[in-house]
Amino acid sequence: MHTAAGVEACLPIRSDMDLVWVRQHVRQAAARLGFGLVEQTKLVTAASELARNTLVHGGGGRMEATQVSGGGVRGLRLAFTDEGPGIADLDQALTDGYTSGGGLGMGLSGARRLVHDFDIDSAPGAGTTVRVTCWVSRPPRPREEA
Amino acid sequence: MPEHEADGQLATPTHEVSDFLRRRQEQIAQRWADEPLFRTVFTVSRDEAVEAGKVVVDALAQVAESGQVEDPDSAGFSAVREQLARMGAARSRAGLSNTQVSSELAALRPPVENLLAADLEQAPPEHLRACSTALTVLMGTLRLVAMQTALNEWQALSDRQRTQLLEVATPVIRLWDGIVAVPLIGTLDSARSQIVMETLLNAVVEQHARFAILDITGVPTVDSLVAQHLMKTVAAARLMGAECIVSGIRPAIAQTMVHLGLDLDVITRASLSDALGYALHQLGAAIVNPGAGQR
Amino acid sequence: MNDAHSRPVTGHVPVLRLGDVLLVTLQGDLHDSTAQQLQQDLSDTIVRTGVRGVLIDISGVEIVDSFLGRVLAEIAAQAKLLAARTVVAGMRPAVAITLVELGLTLPGLSTALSTEAGMELLSQQAPASRAGGARRESP
Repeated sequence: MHTAAGVEACLPIRSDMDLVWVRQHVRQAAARLGFGLVEQTKLVTAASELARNTLVHGGGGRMEATQVSGGGVRGLRLAFTDEGPGIADLDQALTDGYTSGGGLGMGLSGARRLVHDFDIDSAPGAGTTVRVTCWVSRPPRPREEA
Repeated sequence: MPEHEADGQLATPTHEVSDFLRRRQEQIAQRWADEPLFRTVFTVSRDEAVEAGKVVVDALAQVAESGQVEDPDSAGFSAVREQLARMGAARSRAGLSNTQVSSELAALRPPVENLLAADLEQAPPEHLRACSTALTVLMGTLRLVAMQTALNEWQALSDRQRTQLLEVATPVIRLWDGIVAVPLIGTLDSARSQIVMETLLNAVVEQHARFAILDITGVPTVDSLVAQHLMKTVAAARLMGAECIVSGIRPAIAQTMVHLGLDLDVITRASLSDALGYALHQLGAAIVNPGAGQR
Repeated sequence: MNDAHSRPVTGHVPVLRLGDVLLVTLQGDLHDSTAQQLQQDLSDTIVRTGVRGVLIDISGVEIVDSFLGRVLAEIAAQAKLLAARTVVAGMRPAVAITLVELGLTLPGLSTALSTEAGMELLSQQAPASRAGGARRESP
């Protein structure tokens, strides 16, 4: 197993300065793992959206980055966790244009389209964890289209 | 004979095998050098083949010492993975099938086994049997490691070729100063659409192209997925400050698109030449036909 | 974290005046508050100078997320109310692909390939039309 240095990390998300660190860390980690420019940009953008959600809706939290591998393909997994109010209606939160925070309502639903795997864990009062994974090259089986 | 015999104690089979491999490293490598796998890969000199064989024997001894003869992830193998991959790749380049490579690998076992049997002639039969079982397992694992490594190489090669094929199938042509075009031929799937989009948009930047023509004359069918990809390309080009024109929409495809309820907010033209004419006109270039003027 | 290659930009982004146009060059990773500050600064400057155009060069910007996308759209909308046209120039292909995938096509925004093309677009004074040049309507 070869691990790329500087990929694994746990970053706090407490201010909009932290959003910048999150983006920079994700970009560097993705570059180290050999992501192409477009995939890097997609992943960094998704991370930015999710980190902002953590900050704005979850009242702050953290992002954990881990290197994963499966079927001979390397990937980067990011987990965004907050102890905020949680999401009551996940379907609604994942709908394009739905917003509770004055944005364009593209944060969660948009971020989902930018990554290969997306998984959300939330309940009212229990905080929210969003996990996303991007693979360096596409996973062996072609991704299903939405 | 191993020193353990002095106190009447027999070494564990894996240690016995490990000691044997270290002791007989030279002889084993010499015999392997005559086997097709080594002989045909290391063609420069026989010494080269012997050296390569010694490295493999050394790795095997290390694995045997650790006792994990059945574990392909055993640390001892990591030193020879690359070499095994190179050997496997060389054999498949020579036109051998996986099965043939596998049987060449299997052919490495008998010479070692014969040496072991000769070495342990004096040992109790059950000890010999245990040792030769350990050796058999070890050689099986080596074969597995080699095949695994080779398969990974093949997979990587086929991925590379697939990407290359996709790139080759997507030529971006500069039609005029500020106008680029991609003639799309064949079925557009998700991976190909992605490459078309990236290639075209990069060309837009490199060529300072205000117009990008996507010609779909050669695309047999346009389903909603393909249409969606076209729309994304058009939208991305717009964000960059270029205009996309989709040309070559055959009547049947136009019908399908209407049926699918696709509201294409895109400039479309029936043919590539119409699209070029439109783009030239927008750029302020005039096309004059001197012959027509005289009549 | 210690890489200095793309320092986060904080505080004010310089706004340059070139004749009738305000030129803003965004670079690197923009702080949310910096983007908001820019939105404010631009409105103030348009009112103060009475320019007819705003050109935002984002060729040095590596990512545009929905926040920055919204700020750009709002700058354009505000400028329009103040009778100035906004052109966003030089968006990178990877950024454009990502924005489209994100679902942001920013329909109200005029775009250009480069600052030169953007300047040209703004000099073809046609403040009434939604967009000019590369975004002319299909006849």
